Amino acid sequence: MNRNQTHHRGRTVFLCAALCLCMAGLAGRLFFLMIYRADYYSEMAEDLHQRERTIKAARGRILDRNGVVIADNRTVCTISVVHNQIQDPEEVIRVLCEELELDEETVRKKVETYSAREIIKTNVDKEKGDAIRVRRLAGVKVDEDYKRYYPYDSLASRVLGFTGGDNQGIIGLEVQYEKYLKGTDGTILTLSDAAGVEIENAAEDRVEPVAGKDLITSLDVNIQKYAEQAATQVMEQKNALSVSVIVMNPENGEILAMVNVPEFNLNDPFTLLPGMQAEGGGVSGQDLLNQMWRNKCINDTYEPGSTFKIITAAAGLEAGVVGLEDTFSCPGFCIVGDRKIRCHKVGGHGFETFLQGMMNSCNPVLIDVGQRLGVDQYYQYFAQFGLLGKTGIDLPGEAATIMHRKENMGPVELATVSFGQSFQITPLQLITTAASIVNGGVRVTPHIGLRAVDRETGGIRSLEPDSQGRILSEETSREMQFILEQVVAEGSGKNARIEGYRIGGKTATSEKLPRSRKKYISSFLGFAPADDPQVIALITIDEPEGVYYGGTIAAPVIGDIFENILPYLGIEKTAAISEEHSGEP
Amino acid sequence: MPGTEKKKKKKPHRFYDYSLLFTIIFLTVFGLIMIYSASSYKAQLDYGNPAYFMIRQGVIAAFSFVAMYIVSKIDYHVYARFAMLGYILSYVTLLLTMFTPLGVASHGKKRWLRLGVSFLQFQPTELVKISLILLLAVMISKLGPRINQLRAAGLIIGMSLPLALLVTANNLSSGIIICGIVFVMLFVACKIKWPFFACVGAGVGLLAVAPYVGHIMVNLHILKDYQLGRINVWVNPVQYARSGGYQVLQGLYAIGSGGLFGKGLGESLQKLGFVPEAQNDMIFSIICEELGLFGAVSLILVFMFMIYRFMVIAGNAPDLLGAMLVVGVMGHIAIQVILNIAVVTNTIPNTGVTLPFISYGGTSVMFLMLEMGLVLSVSNQIKLEQ
Repeated sequence: MNRNQTHHRGRTVFLCAALCLCMAGLAGRLFFLMIYRADYYSEMAEDLHQRERTIKAARGRILDRNGVVIADNRTVCTISVVHNQIQDPEEVIRVLCEELELDEETVRKKVETYSAREIIKTNVDKEKGDAIRVRRLAGVKVDEDYKRYYPYDSLASRVLGFTGGDNQGIIGLEVQYEKYLKGTDGTILTLSDAAGVEIENAAEDRVEPVAGKDLITSLDVNIQKYAEQAATQVMEQKNALSVSVIVMNPENGEILAMVNVPEFNLNDPFTLLPGMQAEGGGVSGQDLLNQMWRNKCINDTYEPGSTFKIITAAAGLEAGVVGLEDTFSCPGFCIVGDRKIRCHKVGGHGFETFLQGMMNSCNPVLIDVGQRLGVDQYYQYFAQFGLLGKTGIDLPGEAATIMHRKENMGPVELATVSFGQSFQITPLQLITTAASIVNGGVRVTPHIGLRAVDRETGGIRSLEPDSQGRILSEETSREMQFILEQVVAEGSGKNARIEGYRIGGKTATSEKLPRSRKKYISSFLGFAPADDPQVIALITIDEPEGVYYGGTIAAPVIGDIFENILPYLGIEKTAAISEEHSGEP
Repeated sequence: MPGTEKKKKKKPHRFYDYSLLFTIIFLTVFGLIMIYSASSYKAQLDYGNPAYFMIRQGVIAAFSFVAMYIVSKIDYHVYARFAMLGYILSYVTLLLTMFTPLGVASHGKKRWLRLGVSFLQFQPTELVKISLILLLAVMISKLGPRINQLRAAGLIIGMSLPLALLVTANNLSSGIIICGIVFVMLFVACKIKWPFFACVGAGVGLLAVAPYVGHIMVNLHILKDYQLGRINVWVNPVQYARSGGYQVLQGLYAIGSGGLFGKGLGESLQKLGFVPEAQNDMIFSIICEELGLFGAVSLILVFMFMIYRFMVIAGNAPDLLGAMLVVGVMGHIAIQVILNIAVVTNTIPNTGVTLPFISYGGTSVMFLMLEMGLVLSVSNQIKLEQ
């Protein structure tokens, strides 16, 4: 037994030594892992633990030409609860209900939910957020965030556009100039656990956000406001569907105002305008919203009607196929091919000069001019004036011109196009082309963005487009200024006349398609001063009720707007000259 | 010999291994601290109480400690009578777990036996280990020198193998440990050495060629795909991180980021949900991360000291039964420590083994304490001369 036991003892010692050797080997392995491989594994571990949290960059503001802020950022708060940190749930529920005016049940449910973070309410005013913060409730988090805020609510809604949940532009300038406005988000690198929850008190690496650039626009809040007011007034008076107004500087294409009433509230862009739901039967909510967000000045086309006679006249004068004193005879209709095209004056205007024809807005006169040009030449001027393309305005979704193809243009098409029918352009295209015709003959690019300004560095980036070059001789432009001044002074546009100013303009009453509906778009295009246009404006009234003649209902609105904005723009009255001119036929 | 004291209570001149006792206390308390550190995050998330796991473990450990002390004060020859009973009970509980609704599944494996109320459940495999140690010790001491005959050795293997296979069916790692215990006990008991060295050589050899023959074995349908997967992960944890290497890799991240002195107690990042079962099988990786190489090696040294104490007790045991009991327990603890650390450091393919005294697990700590009770009981029977 004893001998056996010594054998056992020896083997036990051997076993112990072997086992200890194994452990020593593992210790060696540990040494290798923790000293030689430490960098490799700890680096990979760090990669795993680091989380990026973004710090939102403040979005650039949008300002009007005088520095008035029309789109701003407001600090809002997100109130949330962290279940694990709540010490007094009853107190938390009571305070949150009280401050946020929520019912107890929903708050209680969220407070008692077992989750990492439960959001109680977003977009809470900063004052309320501060009020909750000062209570220092354990487990209640108040996070600040930027929210887009439009101080004028609905002002130029479709031009400015609005932003979505991630502060990204959705329509209008907000989306067009996204890259300047957006800025660069900053990041906070923190350590986090496997669920991505940050570890408190861990060291942070911070990359500061870069705020977006401010966008200086050509809009003028006062002109915009006044134009909106005037448009709303006429819309209500005439019970029209909508009224659009564009006010532009014809010299450089800067848009001073772009109105589409009824405007919607930019601070609440997902609420339909009153009455939209009823009309939209069967259309989905999103379609209705898209409809509401449409900028009719640029997204929709229409038959311009008589205002387009400006283009036909300019083409005729430029080509030399007609002069101011050329005489025409209007019997009240005109036979083109197999069609009898009526003049709006059933009895006809009789014997008249070209100038008088324009003043009377006489269809047969313009048809004659068109015929004198012929399809080839007419089409060439149409293209030369820039009507086939888009205007290139810095707003998204501009609609293209809908025009006959040249090879499909017969005499009837030529005749109808001559007085503004059977093709469609946007109101913006019309006013841009008209501006280019009366400004001395240089095609302008309409635009709203002027400069992107970095608020930190003061760095300026110009956004102004280049001029598109001459499309018309200066002489023809002068003649057009004269003709259109006479239209307002003596002709169909006389309702736009203002004492002391030389106004040029042209009226139009377009039938909406199908013509059998007997619905009209009344419009008026005016500019001032007539001999040196500083401002040009176009109003389109969609489906007015009652009297629908552009000269009767649209011209006075432009007159009214001009009467207010011309002194505001510092354009002097030229009473003497005005009277002198009004004496002419 | 530190801690060697003369015991003068009821029976004079009796030895009681206080060094081992204090080592046990130290490891248990250290384990509780590490369980708290490793599990507080998960416990806070899942139970709202960061000390949930630690308190559970602490309560069980306290009760087990008392049980250990009682066991250690009773002559171990008394337990020899229950050897057969334990052996049969092992079969019963194993079969009950596998084939009756009393078995509770966890992670897809039925490893738990429910005893009446739902919170009273235990892992029969732990019972199997202690029963087998007891039975083999009794048998070897009864056989005496006859153990060197092939028949006797065959009998012992024949007794243990069915049990080991039953365990392996549901729990490969426990099966390996049981085989290891039998192996160690036979090694100490038998005079003939060459079969044992042959076995070790074959085992190491198999591990070395495993990556190469693995594919062939899968093709021959000997090995299943997921088992090959474990081998692949072992060879290259980074490449197979998505297909099972996650646990191993996260453990390596933890170990690697520990460095020489660690991040400090409680500062582990990997325990925050990255290392799965941080308080369980993978607790050693958290120890490495928080206490560094220094802490990890210290812990290994403590285990080495424990094994050394086992050796001393086994060497001085009054009879073969006592020696074999201690050898069995030594084998058990040492194999589990080695396997656990080897798995965590990706030295061998992944298999779930807990770290004795440190890892969370009620059954484990309870039976470990009982085994310690046996060892201390053996030590208590050593008569001191002079």
